[in-house]
Formats: sequence, C-alpha cells, structure tokens
Amino acid sequence: MTDFFGVPLPALFGQLVLGLVNGSFYAVLSLGLAVIFGMLNIINFAHGALYMMGAMLAWILLEYLGLGYWWSLLLAPVGVGAIGIVIERALLQWLYKLDHLYGLLLTFGLALIIEGFFRHLYGVAGQPYSIPDELAGAINLGFMFLPKYRAWIIVASLTVCLGTWFMIEKTRLGAYLRAATENPALTQAFGINVPLMVMLTYGFGVGLAGFAGVLAAPATQPGPLMGSNLIITVFAVVVIGGMGSILGSVFTGLGLGLIEGLAKVFYPEISATVVFIIMAIILMFRPAGLFGREK
Amino acid sequence: MKKKYIALAVLAALSTAAQAQISDKTVKIGVLTDMSGAYSDIAGQGTVEATKMAIEDFKAREKPDFAVEMVAADHQNKGDVASNKAREWFDREKVDVITELVTTSTALAVMKVAKEKNKLVLISGAASTRVTNEDCNDVTVHWTYDTYAVSNGTARAVVQQGGKSWFFITADYAFGHSLEKDASEVVTQAGGKVLGSARHPFPGSDFSSFLLKAQSSGAQVIGLANAGTDTMTSIKQASEFGITPKQSLAGLLMFISDIHALGLKTTQGMYLTDGFYWDLNKETREWSKRYFDRQKKMPTMVQAGMYSAVMHYLKAVKATGTDDTQKVMAWMKKTPINDFFAKNGRIRDDGRMIHDMYLVQVKKPEESKYAWDYYNIRQTIPADQAFQPLAASRCPLVKK
Amino acid sequence: MIARFSPAALGYAGGVILLLLAPAVIYPVLIMKVLCFALFACAFNLLLGYTGLLSFGHAVFLGAAAYITGHVLKVWEWPTLAGLLAGTLVAGALGWVIGSLAIRRQGIYFAMVTLALSQMVYFFFLQAHFTGGEDGLQGVPRGDLFGLDLAQDQNLYYVVVAIFVAAFWLIHRTIHSPFGQILKAIRENEPRAISLGYDVAKYKLLAFALSATLAGLAGATKTVVFKFATLTDAHWHTSGEVVLMTLLGGMGTVFGPVVGSSVIVTLQNELADKVGSLVTVIMGAIFVICVLAFRRGIVGEGIALYRRMIGQKNGR
Repeated sequence: MTDFFGVPLPALFGQLVLGLVNGSFYAVLSLGLAVIFGMLNIINFAHGALYMMGAMLAWILLEYLGLGYWWSLLLAPVGVGAIGIVIERALLQWLYKLDHLYGLLLTFGLALIIEGFFRHLYGVAGQPYSIPDELAGAINLGFMFLPKYRAWIIVASLTVCLGTWFMIEKTRLGAYLRAATENPALTQAFGINVPLMVMLTYGFGVGLAGFAGVLAAPATQPGPLMGSNLIITVFAVVVIGGMGSILGSVFTGLGLGLIEGLAKVFYPEISATVVFIIMAIILMFRPAGLFGREK
Repeated sequence: MKKKYIALAVLAALSTAAQAQISDKTVKIGVLTDMSGAYSDIAGQGTVEATKMAIEDFKAREKPDFAVEMVAADHQNKGDVASNKAREWFDREKVDVITELVTTSTALAVMKVAKEKNKLVLISGAASTRVTNEDCNDVTVHWTYDTYAVSNGTARAVVQQGGKSWFFITADYAFGHSLEKDASEVVTQAGGKVLGSARHPFPGSDFSSFLLKAQSSGAQVIGLANAGTDTMTSIKQASEFGITPKQSLAGLLMFISDIHALGLKTTQGMYLTDGFYWDLNKETREWSKRYFDRQKKMPTMVQAGMYSAVMHYLKAVKATGTDDTQKVMAWMKKTPINDFFAKNGRIRDDGRMIHDMYLVQVKKPEESKYAWDYYNIRQTIPADQAFQPLAASRCPLVKK
Repeated sequence: MIARFSPAALGYAGGVILLLLAPAVIYPVLIMKVLCFALFACAFNLLLGYTGLLSFGHAVFLGAAAYITGHVLKVWEWPTLAGLLAGTLVAGALGWVIGSLAIRRQGIYFAMVTLALSQMVYFFFLQAHFTGGEDGLQGVPRGDLFGLDLAQDQNLYYVVVAIFVAAFWLIHRTIHSPFGQILKAIRENEPRAISLGYDVAKYKLLAFALSATLAGLAGATKTVVFKFATLTDAHWHTSGEVVLMTLLGGMGTVFGPVVGSSVIVTLQNELADKVGSLVTVIMGAIFVICVLAFRRGIVGEGIALYRRMIGQKNGR
C-alpha cells in the first residue's frame, strides 16, 4: 500500500472523492444562488431550506405515494420550483424597489418558516431513505472503494451544471435572461415579458436546490436541519467565486469541496473553517471574488 | 414585647411543623427529555408515558394522602435549554424532582441547578460516568445505566471473540468522550489495542469521512461511541462503503429501538449490553405488555428504568411523609430496589443505582419467532460487577 | 417641578421605576433575560438603524463575551466585575478585527462577510476545549459585587438593571452626539458624507466596534445570570433573532429594540413548550410580515401615528 505524505492512498482518494461529492453540492447550490442574484438582486437565504424541501419531498413521495427515487429526481425539483414561483409572485416581487437587504431578510424569514414547519412535522432527526438498487454497492478500483451512489452524485451534478450553462449561454431563452439581467427596462421595451423571466428564474434557481436535495437524500438522510448546516458554507463559496459567472461558481464549488477533503485528511480540525479562511483571504486581496465583476 | 416573642415562637413552631409535611400537599415531577431529536425513540414520549404509569400505579396501590402531578418538556438535547427549564420549573412551578435527562450535557447542567435549589434529580437516559464521578452531587441518582456498564459488557465480549484492534467513531461531546474512554480501558485491559479515533459533530448526519478513517486504520473492530440515530446512520453508511463485513461494527450503546429500526438482517450477531429486556421473565413481560398497549413499541431500558425510578421516589415520599430532598434521598439510598426492572438494586453513596445488566447477542432473522423477539441473553452481569467499583470512584462524596 | 423635565425624561424615569418594581409580579430571571437581549438589540441597532450596516453575524460577539466571562469567572476565579469587563473588552477587540475586514465591502456583501466570518469563529468555539464544545461552559459562579451576593436572584436583578440603564444611557448619548449625527449621515447618503470630507471607513469601524463591545456586555451579563455559556449564544440563528428584534421593534428608533426584544423573548418563552418547533415558524412569519408591511416596526409605526395625530390636531 503506497503512502502519500504519510497518508495511505485509499484514504486519500476516498476523502478526495467525498470532497468532490461535497463540492458538487456546493457547485449546484451556488449556481442557483448566483442565477437568482444575477436576475433578482436578492440573496436567497431560503436556498438551504428549499434544498432540504427537495430531499423531504423525495422522502414524502416514497412514503405516501410509493414513488421511488427516479420519480423524485424529476418531480421534486419541479415541486420546489413551483413553490419558488409562488414565493416570487406572492412575496418577493414587492421588494424589488427596496434596499437589497430586505430581500435577504425576507428570505431569511422564509427559511425559518420552512425549516420550522418541517421540524414540527418530522422532528429533528433524519428520515431513512435508501439508495436506489441500481446505484447501490461500490466499485473496487484497487486503490480505493468507490461507492456507486457517490459517483452518481458527482456525475448528475456536473451534468445539470453544464446543462444550465449551456441553456444560459447558448440558447435564445438564455439570451433573453441575460438581457433582462443587464437592462430590464430596455428588454421589456423589446416586448419580452421581463416579470415572467424573473419569476421563471427564481423558480429555476430553487428548482436546482431541490434537485440537489434529492441527490442528497440517500446519502445524508433527509432531515429538517440539512439545509441550515450547509447554507452558510455555500454563501462563503459564492463570495469566493464571485457572482458573475456560471462556470466560475461551478469551478469554485468543486475546488472548495476538494480543499475541504484534503483538509480532512491532513489537518481535520481546520476542515470546517477552511472555506471561511479562504474567503477572508480573497476578501483582502480580490474583493470581487475569483470570477466576479464588481457590481 | 412578650407578645412579639410568643408570636415568633408560634410561627417558628408552625414552620418547623410545616417542614415535616409535603409542601402544598403536592408532589410535582418534571420529565425533561428529548421529544423530537436523535434520542426521542430511546427516551422521549416513552419516558413520559412510563412516568404516567408509575404515578397511576402508585395512586392505585398506595392511596397516598398527597397529590402527584407531572409536567413534561423537550430539552432538545441542549444544555442551556435544559438548565433554563429546570430553573424555571424549580422557581416558578414548584417542581420537586426532575427526571429523565437523556443527553449528558443536559443532565450535568440540571444537576447543578438542582444542587443550587436543593431539589432532586433522577437520571434515566444520560450515559456518562461523569454523573457519578467528577460531577457527582448528593441530590442526584443515576438510575438506569452508564458508559462503564455498557462498554464493560460489550467491549469485553467482542475482544474475547477475537476483535483485538479497535478504532472508535465518537460523538463529540461529554457522552461520546466518556463512552470512548471507558470502552478503551476495557479493550486494553482485555488484551486488545486501540488504534485511534475520529470525533464527529453531534448530532451527525454524514459519517462518511469518519468511516473512511476507520477503514484505512485497518482495525478489526470499529467501535461506535455514539447512540440513537447517529449509531443507526453510521451502521447504514458503513455497509455503503464496503466496510462491513470485512471489519465488524460494535455498537457500544444500543437499544432495542435501534434493533427494531435497523432490522435483524443488518444487526444479527451484534453484541450489546442492556439494562432491561422485555422478554426476560413473567414480570417484565407483564409490565412491557401494558407499556406496549400505550406506546405500540416495546420499552427500552431508559423507559422501563424511568418507571422504576419514579415509583421508588414516590414510595420514599410516602414513607418519610415529606418532600424534603435530603430526607427522601436518605430513604431511597437505604432501601433496596426489587421490581420488574431491577433485581438486587441499591443506590450507592456516589448516586449510582446498581442492578444486574445483561450481555445479549442479536438473534439471526430465522431465530426470531415473534415480534420484538430480538435477543439471546448470553450473560447476566451481577450488579456489583456491572458498574465501576466504588473504590475507583473519583466522586468526593465517596468515603475512602 | 415636574414641568421642568421634558416628557422624554419623565418617560425614562417612569420606565426605570417600573423596572425596579417589576420583580414583584414577573419572574425576575425572565426580565433579566429580556434586558440582556434588549441591550444586545440596542447595540445592534446602533449599527443597523443608525449607521445603516446590516451585520448578520452579531451573535459572535454575544457568544465570545459569554465564553470569556464564563471562563475567567469559573476557571480563573476572577471577581465578577473583572469578568464582565474581560468579556466586554474581548468582544470589542473581536469587533474591531471582524469590522476591519467586513467594511471592505458594501451592502449585501458586507452582511454576507459578517455572516461568514462569525461562522468561522463559531467553528473555533465548537472545537476549542475551553468552551466545552457541545456541552457548553456550565456552573459559572455569579460571585458578588460591592458586597452583594449575586447568587440571590433579587440582588443580581438590580445589578442587571443598573448595567442596562447605564449602557442604554451610553447609546442614547452616542446617538444624539455629533458622532451619532455623522453615522446617520453615512446611513442616509454615504457618497455625500465622503464628499464632505469625513473618513467614512473610520466611522463605520468605530460604530462596529462600539456595537460589538455593547453586544459583548450583554453576553457577559447573560452568562452571569444563567451561569452558563453555550454554542447557541454564537450561532447564526441568534444573529438572525437580533435582526428580527430590531426590525420588529423599529430600526433607527431609540426604544424600538427594547420593545422588539421584549416581545420576541417573551413570545419564545411562553410558546416554546406549547407549540414546539412552530415557534420558529412564527418567528419567520413575523420576519416576512415586517419586511413586507411593517418596516417601521412597532415603535416606528407608533411615532408615525403620533405625528399624524398631532398633525391632524394642528391642521384643524
């Protein structure tokens, strides 16, 4: 068994894979946040709660309707997206003319409502949710054991991120979205329904969070607290990456996941805070973030 | 002038007379437990139910001349919530004794408040041996079990079966540290070796990176120094990573509710040390059936122990005719306990209630003949061997 | 004789008298909890309501002071006054450090940075030995102050009232001083303040540090009252709570945070057992309603109403 700086290879690769898995979640979630922020100028504090809702929906679909994982992968993000649209129409649209801080406060309140509601129904402990049979088990790669489901998480997340990038950069709908973000008034004047774009953007952004939730459900057991544990780290990721570019968020998310994984191997005490330390450093030397543009 | 002194004397006499009585003619029991978190199945609503049963049975059999009331609350496994609740209950609600207190940090916190206010604490759920060692006081009884008792049984049995090298996955708070420490001592004493440990946040949800560490350590046995949903998730995720069956898992603190949730297929062959088994004898079956009718689940030792503790307390109040903490405690300590829960039970000077413990092995699925038929009793550990010997106690109350 | 004092001064005097008499009818430990959080919210309001800076990680100052005070009182056995001072000053120093980093960004980014930096310190608390991690710092002795045995709730109560009144007076003076005026100017129109020649960054940092110090005083006092310091004190949920208290009470008003914190603390206390996790839902709902329809908060709306009534009277 070969060693790398005193750490056996299987352990190192195992942690790196886990790091990539966490990084995939960071990527998908910070992507959603960035898309929403770009369009609505709102920091969606409820993102973590909606991610949790995606996972809980997957469990609910299984528990009460007998619908399995693959159904949930399709239905839960749509469900969360629909709820997002309701939120946007009912609550968020009144805030666009106000100071941006109110958006943060309102979505914080929303996060409390959603989390409290699920805690009330299901307690604090997680619910059991099994890995679908097709993805169960692990592949023995020789230098490490690769659980199939964790590999799936990485693949699915990257696919979705790339799909989002493609849609925004290369399709006409994406062009309208980008135009509406740059100059809403002018875009509206061209006959494009900007409020509709805004609504769809928020729905899509939180739908991404819901998708991440379903992905997480078999791995970390759906529970009301899973979002709040994650959201602050995702905020730090977003500050590091800057909110300008999609590929930037993805790259930063994955990178930070890897760094966290490495930290767990070599210096575990720091693994929870390494993201924040990097954020502090970036703030001192490049305040707009790695890929951001000063707005 | 003389009248004043007479009045004072009368008042003094009346007040001392009052002290020999039960204040307000009511005994109020507070059940402070985890209603919705990681330990809610082990303790939770079940302990509230067990307390109610004890109160009902006491009133029916003993027909006391005082009222017995109960209040219950959720401490959410947080020490500050428990501490504040305890203070409020003692100050405002005239609660006389606080019980249950699963999660060691809540127990330690409430023990301090109770000492300050001179009220009683009966602990069923909390596990750490600190309760009867460094943090011991004379108003607390540690009733049901502790980390020494469970690791003594389980770890010793596993080492004797051949599991010599160990790695611990530990919940990062007082209970987990305690369990890891007590189990490590047993392993080393029995001739085994501890290769290392990894501490996880409590409550945890993703144990993968800790399990990976355990895997790469190459230890034969992975000791799970955690409980409740933490243990169950660790076991589930361990199979995901191909850790079992190459390495075996030792759940150092497991309850029948965990076995029920995980299923015999996953847990068969596992060793655990339990303080109570519903199917042990006629008495336990009788009581457990009554409990089952109310809760639809068989009781864990925490829930059964709760009944036993509350009943002993109420008997003490009736026998001494007062709810004065020191007098009641004195009666409880000098009176042995022999009920369906504890055989040869007695409370020692350090507050530890010692009773027989049972080393059990989980049955294979084909061995189980009816619902909740989960255990093969391998050994009954007698009371004076099951728990830490008084001579080794670090409690200042113990006379050496 | 009464006419010589302004209505405001009379109002304050009345408030203090009410506070002194309150333990006769209300559980003193509850009032002490309210006072600690009221102080926390007033300190926070100095930053949000008067300087226009939303710090979303303010609980870290409450928690830092709580732990420091707890540690020096319990482990180093310092006298109570020294312990309170130690916690307060450490919180102020921490405020200086975090503030210097945070003011490099504006608006939303400022909030996110304070949130992330405070989270970093939270994780430090989680892992450091002296805090006791999940178990918390328990059994902190209250000690005594000027001969008063603080283990008696009654004695401690008057000390807490004194601390609160003194700190409140300090905040009041600060708001109405030239320094306070500049802060308000920064909130109203920062570019203008810069063009007028003020070193805006320095003023923001000073306000931040002052706010952190007073938040620390609240945390230190809280530790002495409850004999306990835990991770909850530094958790971002607590940061959110103080924002809610200030918003609900009325940002930028002197009394708003006091009203807001009284409402929230009492609500949580009374409802926690009855509705369990629905308390969080209620807090969230109050947040949403305040942001959408009640932005001036209780005191803010009250003042607006009062002004309308006077306006109507004069107009007639």
